[in-house]
Amino acid sequence: MDPTPSLFALMSFGPDGWGMRFVEGLVVTLEVSAASYFLSLIFGLLGASAKLSTSPTLRRIADLYTTLVRALPELLLLLLIYFSGADAIKFVLSFISADFEDVEIDPFIAAVAALGFIGGAYMTEVMRGAILSIPTGQIEAAKASGMSKLLTLRRVIVPQMLRYALPGMGNLWLSATKDSSLISVLGQTQDLLFMGYRASAVTKHYGFFYSVAAIMFLGITIVSVIAIRIIEARVNRGYR
Amino acid sequence: MDTTLKVEDLHKRFGEVEVLKGVSLAAKTGDVIAMIGSSGSGKSTLLRCINLLEMPNSGRVAVNGELIRMKSLPDGTALPEDQKQVERIRSKLAMVFQSFNLWSHRTILENVIEAPVHVLKVPRKEAIERAEALLAKVGIAEKRNFYPNHLSGGQQQRAAIARALAMEPSVLLFDEPTSALDPELVGEVLQVMRKLAEEGRTMLVVTHEMGFARDVASQIVFLHKGQIEEQGDPRELLANPKSERLKQFLSSTRH
Repeated sequence: MDPTPSLFALMSFGPDGWGMRFVEGLVVTLEVSAASYFLSLIFGLLGASAKLSTSPTLRRIADLYTTLVRALPELLLLLLIYFSGADAIKFVLSFISADFEDVEIDPFIAAVAALGFIGGAYMTEVMRGAILSIPTGQIEAAKASGMSKLLTLRRVIVPQMLRYALPGMGNLWLSATKDSSLISVLGQTQDLLFMGYRASAVTKHYGFFYSVAAIMFLGITIVSVIAIRIIEARVNRGYR
Repeated sequence: MDTTLKVEDLHKRFGEVEVLKGVSLAAKTGDVIAMIGSSGSGKSTLLRCINLLEMPNSGRVAVNGELIRMKSLPDGTALPEDQKQVERIRSKLAMVFQSFNLWSHRTILENVIEAPVHVLKVPRKEAIERAEALLAKVGIAEKRNFYPNHLSGGQQQRAAIARALAMEPSVLLFDEPTSALDPELVGEVLQVMRKLAEEGRTMLVVTHEMGFARDVASQIVFLHKGQIEEQGDPRELLANPKSERLKQFLSSTRH
């Protein structure tokens, strides 16, 4: 190995370069972001439906969820859910059968679940506000034509909500791409930030490799912002 | 003749205020009933109680002889016993709203085929063919790929009528269909409604258009403070109102 490799060589895709590993890190970051964001959409829709439901119990559960999650630092929550969540699942499963005692929870899935659960609390508020912004006449028209609640949700509420929710949802996607880096502290998944940390530690080129990670995060954001703009234009068809 | 719609002893309270105090009416097939009355008389609420957009506190509603099953709760309100039945009956009671309420994220054609395809399960191709015929009938065939917000109020309301007709309803409910329109657009909507009445459609129309009520309706129902004050043949009722209240109402609406 070249004793003083150039920075260019350090980022090469060859066996000595870190290029390929950063690409792998980027893929992991995108996977974690996308999966946790998707999960947060589900939690958000459930949470918003619960908050707007006529059942006081459901409303209270949803309030507890959003208050707790939004009150605590995300890193703390991630650690809490990651470490105690697995134990809790094992604990529950141990009642079903002793065979489950040493079940291993995949760290990727655990991290994604934790991030999705956290993001869902913020998503709940975005979606609740958006649903409230839909003119009631739109929903009455659906009811009056004999649509069921589920059909109304799918065909009228969700598509119309998107228009009001998109700015908030776009923000949360950008948050999700950055929050995905929190999982690097778990040391189990090799995301972009983890790669930056590893490469710096091995080569001692801290400034360089953290900058590489930063530029790649910036790249994700730029592409995302463009995509969000295109989606917003599409959803707003018919309104301008 | 068959009774298409039968309403019996309908009561509705909003909190302390009793908006409907026992209203009954019946529409035979082909009847056009115009409901008139000052604002606050309960006429819109009556219409909205018929398809359960508002839940009446008590009373009976039957469509094509089928009674909507409701259960009374201890607090004096009521709930539908079978939501599926409500949905099925609502699809037979198409409603045209004052503010049109077309789905703003869908084009005019999509608005018209939405419920036939997703509620009645009509094959999409067939629904589109029928929708195009209906849009031609209300005179906005060329607007089928426009979004509602790009149409005038009169065009939107005609699209909403086409959407209602697409359900092949037993009864058409009109809730002040021309009240939100600019005066010069009222005529085009009334003209479509006239055509429907001539076809023998069963219609229940809450309206302030006395000319329409007189010429088109088979019966006028005058509501006052949640009760039917007077009802009868349009020409007779408008020419010789019996109750003091109807006399007052008519003199205040005639200019």
